[in-house]
Formats: sequence, C-alpha cells, structure tokens
Amino acid sequence: MSSVSMTVNGKSVTGEVEDRTLLSTFLREDLHLTGTHIGCDTSQCGACTVHVNGKAVKGCTMLALEAEGADVRTIEGMANDDGSLGVIQAAFQEHHGLQCGFCTPGMVMAADELLKNNSNPSETEIRKYLSGNICRCTGYHNIIKSIQAAAAQLG
Amino acid sequence: MYNFVFEKPTTVAEAVAALASEDAQALGGGQTLLPTMKQRLASPAKLVSLTGIAEMGGTSSTGDVITIGGGVTHADVAAGGYGAISKLAGDIGDPTVRNRGTIGGSLANNDPSADYPAAALASGATIKTNARSIAADDYFTGLFDTALEDAEIIVSVDFPVPLSSNYQKFEQPASRFALVGVFVAKFADGVRVAVTGASEGGVYRWTEAETALNANFSADALDGLSVSADNMISDLHGTPEYRANLVKVLTGRAVADC
Repeated sequence: MSSVSMTVNGKSVTGEVEDRTLLSTFLREDLHLTGTHIGCDTSQCGACTVHVNGKAVKGCTMLALEAEGADVRTIEGMANDDGSLGVIQAAFQEHHGLQCGFCTPGMVMAADELLKNNSNPSETEIRKYLSGNICRCTGYHNIIKSIQAAAAQLG
Repeated sequence: MYNFVFEKPTTVAEAVAALASEDAQALGGGQTLLPTMKQRLASPAKLVSLTGIAEMGGTSSTGDVITIGGGVTHADVAAGGYGAISKLAGDIGDPTVRNRGTIGGSLANNDPSADYPAAALASGATIKTNARSIAADDYFTGLFDTALEDAEIIVSVDFPVPLSSNYQKFEQPASRFALVGVFVAKFADGVRVAVTGASEGGVYRWTEAETALNANFSADALDGLSVSADNMISDLHGTPEYRANLVKVLTGRAVADC
C-alpha cells in the first residue's frame, strides 16, 4: 500500500491505495465520486474521462499514484457552486444530448477540454475530438448540438 | 491487473537503477502497457514511471534538427508546429490517449501499426538513450522488437528536418492505429520512404520507391512498381494483397502532398 494525495474538485484528498489502483477506482471507491463511470475498462469508451492538471485523460488508464500532487477535476466539479448545472451540462439537458446517460460524464469532460482549446469548433472538429468517447444511444447528433450550443453560450 | 511495486524517479540515472531489478518495466504514458496489464498479458513485478523526469521533457529545434524528449506527449508534439511529425502526432488515438501517451513509449513498444516508427525511420532519426545513440535504421529490429537493451531508456529523439515530408495514414477506424501508414521525407541527399502497419516484420523502408523517387520525385514515378503481398499482415481488417495495394496508393498520396 502507498499513500497518495491530490486535489479533487478543489479539495485536498489523501488515501491509502494498492500500487495498481487506477485513478478511476480511487475516485469511485475511495472518494465515492461515482459520477466518473467505468464503461469498458479497456481504454475504449471514454466514460471515465477526467481532467488531470487541465488535460482530459482516461481515468481507467492512469494509475492513482501517477496523479500524486495533481489537480484533478471530475464531473462532480462541473456544476456551479450553488449546485445548478454548468453551461455544458445544461446544454446537454436542453438539447437532449443524453439518453441513458452512462457516457455523459465523459462526454461533458471531453467537451469542456475541447471548448477550452477551441471556443468555436466546427461539427467536424467536435466529432473528431469525441473520437475517444463512445455513446450507444444518441447517434451523437444531439451531443454535437449540445456542444455547439454550449460553445455559443460560452462565447 | 496483478499488483506491482510502483516507483517514480526524478532522474534518468535513478530510473535506470530502478529498472535493474528482475521483472521491472518502464512506464511511459501507459496507454498501451496498462491495458495490456489489465488483460494480464503482462505482469511486471515493478513499474518505473518515467513521467516525473525533467530531462526527458521538452522539445527544441536548431532549424536542421528537431529534438523531442522521450517523455513528451503526442499532444505536445501535435502542438509543436513540426510539420508532418506534428500532424502525425495529432492523429494518434484520441485526445485522452494523446494527453498521456509519449513518443518514447511508442518507439520503445514498436507496435507494427504505430505511427511514430514510420516518422522516425523515414526521417533518419537518431534515438538517444541513457547509454548511446542509435540510428533509426539500426533501431527497429522486428515486431515489438527494438535495439534497446533491458533497462535502457529513450531520453530523446533527434529528427533531421527534411526539405518536405508527408504522412498518409489509412486508419483502422475502431483502434485508430494505421491499417497502413506511409511517411515520405525528401532530403537534399535523397528520399526516404517508411511503411508501418503493413509488414509482419514491423516498420520498413520501401527502397524501390526511394530509388524511383530519387530519379523523379512525383507520384507517377511509382507507376511501374509493384508491392509483393508476401509477409504482409493479414487480419479481419485487410488481406495481405489489400495492404500491399495500400502501400503503393498511400506512398503516391504522400509524394503528391509533400
């Protein structure tokens, strides 16, 4: 067992983990932040996408110990301080960007990184950026619309 | 995955020392190694992370040579403005893979369908390790096999800057690896053509195309050449004959876009 410390959604956290513990496992089972989903556990689906030091990564393909000292943001950190939905989350709700919702945390985290790097992405750019996030319900069209709407609102 | 002992040294010398123990394995961005370990296809006793080593980070350019640290992520190479190499890096995997995966990890793994081996071989790159410098022509020794010794770490890679270059990748859409990829680099002293994804022996130089292109650098120069399907990879995504045809088609496109 090793001790690990990081900042998650603005709060300092510490834990004792097996060296093989994945970041997604630490978030879900130790911190009980179950918004980060495990869809495939084979690095294909992107439902586990979180931000580490501002970069989107697959939480299931990074060791918790590699996030020592890092600033981690999860879907729980995407809401406004008063608990209301953030701009991207609200756009997904407004534009029916989710059906079962399982992939949505990863979609929102990927979209957030995209819009930080590209404030006005084209449909092609959005589709390419979401290549690591799989959705089996929506056919992606409304996810694209949601992200375009969020981009317009964020300016 | 099976448990292991994790170490995260801060210098190359410490990492080499940590890798000296039995069943120790270097960990770059982990985008191949961690999935492999989850499937229990690998079970090292110790993982030595290379992500905390400052001397393996950063890129620099002298104009003639681009030097990329072994720990630099695909995303950072993509953002570096290094022409065809940056374009190649920006089309590896997906954004989350590019934010973790490193050039050193890709070259050390030498997956037969990876993109970076084509760039390194076509560019005549030099792989610089903690112990020595290895020319790309001597480095790639077969499927998932390289000239690296145990506990040898890629500290940086030098890419000579060509007059022009282009990489064409026919993407396997599920994995985003290259079904076939061809990197063409034109230098003052000749053209180099490297092919990934096609051969069961891993990345290789298509020397017949290089000879033809040295005489006439145009896609037409390839018209008379044929690519044998012998030793080409066969899987459900493409037959050997299909891959052999792609080699010629993609080389022509790369030359046209150089």
